[in-house]
Amino acid sequence: MDQKRVSRRSFLALAMAAPLGASALASCGTTGPGQAAAGEASIWYLTGQPQEGLRKASVDAFNAAHPDGQLAATFFENDAYKTRIRTAVGANQAPTVIWTWGGGGLRDYVRNGQVDDLTDWFAQNPEVKSKRFETSFDAATVDGRIYAVPCEQVSPIVMYYNKELFERVGAQPPTTWGELMALVPVFNNAGVAPFSLAGQSRWTNMMWLEFLFDRQGGAEVFDAIAAGEPNAWSHPAAIAGLTKVQDLVRAGGFVNGFQSIAADANADQALLHQGRAAMMLHGAWTYGSMKDEGGDFVSSGKLGWTQFPAIEGGAGDPTTGVGNPASFLSLSSQASEEQKAIARDYFANGLLTDADIDGWVASGAVPIVNGVDSRFSGPDAQFQKFVYDSATQAQSWVHSWDQALLPGPADVMLNNIEQLFSLSISPEQFATNMNAVPSS
Amino acid sequence: MTSGSIGARQHGSLTWLVLPALLFFTAFGIIPLIGVLVLSFTSWNGIGEITPAGFDNWVSVLADPALVHALGVTFLIMALSWLVQTPMSILVGVFLAGGQRYRAVLAVLYFTPLLLSSAAIAITYKALLDPNFGLGASLGVPLLVQNWLGDPVLAIATVVFVISWQFIPFHSLIYQGAVRQIPASLYEAARIDGAGRVRQFFSITLPQLKYTLITSSTLIVAGSMTLFDLIFVLTLGGPSDATRVLALDMYLRGFRGNMMGPASVIALIIVVVAVLLAMGIQRLGGKDANESRMEGA
Repeated sequence: MDQKRVSRRSFLALAMAAPLGASALASCGTTGPGQAAAGEASIWYLTGQPQEGLRKASVDAFNAAHPDGQLAATFFENDAYKTRIRTAVGANQAPTVIWTWGGGGLRDYVRNGQVDDLTDWFAQNPEVKSKRFETSFDAATVDGRIYAVPCEQVSPIVMYYNKELFERVGAQPPTTWGELMALVPVFNNAGVAPFSLAGQSRWTNMMWLEFLFDRQGGAEVFDAIAAGEPNAWSHPAAIAGLTKVQDLVRAGGFVNGFQSIAADANADQALLHQGRAAMMLHGAWTYGSMKDEGGDFVSSGKLGWTQFPAIEGGAGDPTTGVGNPASFLSLSSQASEEQKAIARDYFANGLLTDADIDGWVASGAVPIVNGVDSRFSGPDAQFQKFVYDSATQAQSWVHSWDQALLPGPADVMLNNIEQLFSLSISPEQFATNMNAVPSS
Repeated sequence: MTSGSIGARQHGSLTWLVLPALLFFTAFGIIPLIGVLVLSFTSWNGIGEITPAGFDNWVSVLADPALVHALGVTFLIMALSWLVQTPMSILVGVFLAGGQRYRAVLAVLYFTPLLLSSAAIAITYKALLDPNFGLGASLGVPLLVQNWLGDPVLAIATVVFVISWQFIPFHSLIYQGAVRQIPASLYEAARIDGAGRVRQFFSITLPQLKYTLITSSTLIVAGSMTLFDLIFVLTLGGPSDATRVLALDMYLRGFRGNMMGPASVIALIIVVVAVLLAMGIQRLGGKDANESRMEGA
């Protein structure tokens, strides 16, 4: 029992030791995990199947084809990676290739001179750039310069619906905000929640605002926020979007007790595939988990999907996509020239090769390659085609807000979004709170 | 120190014995503490340059209403945990101190939460409390279908409940040991004088548990100051900031918000408050820690 006592007390010491201890550990020498042997470049990737297997296969194939310039891959769990990479970069012990989500996190690296400018490299390798979706480069660009190579898959946010429930009440999926609001009482009267929402996870609520801001006022509303313009959150379109979300909450649009539902257990998806909620706004990645966990829900064609509805009189383009446009790989400025050469070789010849593309497509994903739709043939082809069309027809792309903003302001924003959804602050208070936070 | 005479005789060997603990405490306690103190006067986002910031962090954190809120939440959870855990632990501890076989069997069941990690407990409770797929919905008990983690008041109550569920067994164990130390002669004398079970409990058991009560309370109070893992997994400080205790506030500012300076200030506030509270409780028990624990024995 002594151990219990020790662990509770020493937690404090541990917590405080972390910042210092971490940098002390990281400076222990050249044997840290970020450091590769001489003549070897390193890359840190995220775990989680099926992506992990595809990432490993791409590195293995690259190494087999390039015996003189090896790439050593290390895999980390998502949350562990987020803190570890910052510590490693801060201690100048970063891997040669830094995996990022683009946006605000990348901007932070750029500001501190931690990653290389790849604009000229893209100019010298135009085929690398033209192969990829145009929209995937926005989040890789800081102040007009490209600092990361987009790769892997596009994950737009999709409006899913349960076809069976729509047939039962005789309704069509909403194409406008007015139709969406009109459906709320229809489903509530039928004893079904109109929308499933995992409100405890906070970023799930954020996806609603990402769409509403854009449909209402166009891309410039959030662009102004991300650029840190004063009072950007008080834009009339922003206030209108915030008000619409609260209207939906008041009308009973979201499942009862949504504030207690967490996305990590997929309870929000279960509500949809068990027929207890009619619609759900969620990332394209939930298609795979609903297929795995929803019995015959997906295979029997009961899952429907559509674009987020347009807003009547809104200035935004209804084709605009929201979500994660791609994954991003940056080149550490700390790496040696030899390591950088290997990494650039990997960027050009190791990523999104034919075998790599086929692997992503077979997993049900849509890799960010122009013309990849000709390869869709499996049972998921219909959904993949929809995602491909959404991504390629979109004139612009809204990058996930929590990734687009710097980490500090993003945390404050999620906190305020939660209060907005629980109706404990008004849209105006939300705007005032957020205007007070420096966002860039 | 009352151990002076013994210490003088075996001075050399005693110093050696203290060394390993001292080394570890210096390496993992004192040096990081100094590091945090230095960091609290700087501005650092984790990857850039560490730049001196004077008293900026201290001023901004101390003027931030979020600090008062976090302190308030911490003390509220501390007080509620103490109020729930102490009576329950004493009762369970006294009950389990009895020698009967069935009590030994029950003890095994009662102590199982001790075997589980906080993270596992939090994940399990999160699943049990889910309004659609949790315990209430599965058993069809409408009373259990509440917005447990989504309502600010219920979320605090839920957190206190789960903390108590986890730590009552530990404190019961301490009390069980302490009750078994009470000399049986005291109870025999009381029975001869005609005291009933309730009277024996209040006149003998409780006074004899005074020092155990102080030990247990110190652990609860100090533990509450650094409570982190369970709340982090269960609510992440939510809804909004209803359960954002100090330790969580420190972590979120430091490692989510990448503001190491203000996070260090909060870390130091935690250290100071926890030490003051622990000292305060020790005072309550009288100044001389070596006083006999067997009063009247």
